[in-house]
Amino acid sequence: MSELNERERQLIEWLADMREDDALPLAKKMLLEDGIDPLHVLGLCRQAMDIVGKRFEEGEYFLPELVLAGEMLELVGAIAKPLIKLGPGGEAKKLGKVLIGTVHGDLHDIGKNIVSFMLDINGFEVKDIGVDVPVKTFIEVINDYQPDVVGLSGFLTLAFDSMKETIAAIDNAGLRNKVHIMIGGGQIDETVRSYTGADAFGVNAVEAVNLCRGWMTAGAAA
Amino acid sequence: MNAPLTQTPDAKAAYDARWSRIMDCVNLKQPDRMPAVLYATFWLAKYGGISCKELMYDYDKTKAIAERAVLEFEPDACGLMVLATAAGPSLEAIGFKQLQWPGHGVGDNQPFQYLDREYMKPEEYDDFLFDPTGFYLQKYLPRVASAFEGLDQLPVFPGLHYFRLISGIRAFAKPAVRESFEKLVKAAEEVERFSAHVDAWIQRINALGYPLVSGATAVSPYDFIADYFRGATGMMKDLYRNREKLLQLLDKASVFLTRMTIANAKAYNHPIIMIPIHWAPDAFMSQKQFQDFWWPPFRKMMIGLIDAGFVPMPLWEADCTKRLEIIKDVPPGKCIYWFERTDMVKAFEVLGDVVALRGNLSPSMMTTGKPEEVDAAVKHLVDHVWNKGGKLILDCAFGLPDETPVENVRAMFDAARKYAS
Repeated sequence: MSELNERERQLIEWLADMREDDALPLAKKMLLEDGIDPLHVLGLCRQAMDIVGKRFEEGEYFLPELVLAGEMLELVGAIAKPLIKLGPGGEAKKLGKVLIGTVHGDLHDIGKNIVSFMLDINGFEVKDIGVDVPVKTFIEVINDYQPDVVGLSGFLTLAFDSMKETIAAIDNAGLRNKVHIMIGGGQIDETVRSYTGADAFGVNAVEAVNLCRGWMTAGAAA
Repeated sequence: MNAPLTQTPDAKAAYDARWSRIMDCVNLKQPDRMPAVLYATFWLAKYGGISCKELMYDYDKTKAIAERAVLEFEPDACGLMVLATAAGPSLEAIGFKQLQWPGHGVGDNQPFQYLDREYMKPEEYDDFLFDPTGFYLQKYLPRVASAFEGLDQLPVFPGLHYFRLISGIRAFAKPAVRESFEKLVKAAEEVERFSAHVDAWIQRINALGYPLVSGATAVSPYDFIADYFRGATGMMKDLYRNREKLLQLLDKASVFLTRMTIANAKAYNHPIIMIPIHWAPDAFMSQKQFQDFWWPPFRKMMIGLIDAGFVPMPLWEADCTKRLEIIKDVPPGKCIYWFERTDMVKAFEVLGDVVALRGNLSPSMMTTGKPEEVDAAVKHLVDHVWNKGGKLILDCAFGLPDETPVENVRAMFDAARKYAS
């Protein structure tokens, strides 16, 4: 991206600093009054989200900031997206495809949603198939969507068995070698990872991003 | 198995010895041995060989299974296990919408699960702040339980006077309001039946020599608003978007929650109050947010409970290691801190001279591990906490996980006696 002007830097800074009341009117003005290319404005938002992600990783930001950042991005996106004139190759290339869902029997989704958001702002294409997802749905969607990574989420202890069953079914369907599987949720630890047969587990959204990045980098190098 | 019992002298001696162990821990005195607690919800279904749905709906079976578990493992205290499970008929009678339970939204063999939703809109802070009771009657209660739905047609009560009072009460004749009251009376009758079963169970368990570990439960002001009103993401946005109003409501909630909790605890005639804590973990908010929003109203509430003669027992869910230095700021010998994933050794190092500790065998080990692993985990806690002077009440991280094999429960109680008697 070319050198930024003062106003563009301001937008990035205000978004990254959670100054919603300043950032949103500025983004709106740039899009609706000044006719700035919506893809350029979204690019600035993405730069702000990179800063948010970094601050989260460094322990300066926590869940409230991720949630508010996601909300601000959505609000700017809602104004920007109808203005985008589709051209060839407009969308940036994604780092990889991640399928994510909460395993059957479990209805919790807060953690899963945060992981989806963090993967999205870090350049992954994410397909979130919701909560209480039956084993067969995971198999069907893996076949259709062909993700690089499958993320299984669960908060309750019953999720240990649901994850184990889901991973066994992925294996039985002959898909185990085609995807990396990560698990996460309140009670997940190495004992559960080993019990379920997942490739890795993470205790927060940053770890999920790092796992996916690691697998994509290793895949690209191979 | 469900009839009232008379306490024998032996049972009374056993009860007194067990209760002393718990209260010695609270008072930071050395008990004769490390107490171990049996606390379970849907694990009882697995243990008793019935479905989760039966556990929620069949009062007699649930009481019998919970009693059998107490008699088998002989804990020093036990949770109020019947209340935590057999609420099905009451939930149904009131048309409770915030929970999905076996037969109502989840399968017959699954535990109940709370639905995180926005039950109060961000623009409703003023309504709640100005007139909490009015907000409850007309907005909140109809949203969370269908039996209350007609109450949204009630008049605005503050301001009714003289002839306005006469015209104001017309609303009570409206069909929707009448219907609500009829449903509420029926629901209340079911809750009466439920409560009678709970009381009967407590009477038998006490008569058999086993104290309850706690009576009333409570909620922290922050969790109250986050979980039951604004929803998780709504609350997180409010830290920025509605900061001042949120702080005002937290302060107000700390007062009415303290009053409600004291009234409930007096009704239970039990000094220990369990307070599950959801939003304190290290990962959920910054230390500054914790100190600005979460801790002050909760501390105020705990001090209110302590001043009224009660023992707050917060259950600090997830990992709260970074919060230990902050939550240490309570009078010594007045609280039990139950930790879920916080390292108990670290908790002991920071809090050992201030509070009793409870916990915290890991759920993954309890459900997937072998008895010898449970034994080793108990020994670890005994070696590094109990034997170093920690007033530890042994339990799992959040009571027994539903899927725990019985042999692991046995290993937990056996190890407690083997290593810390």
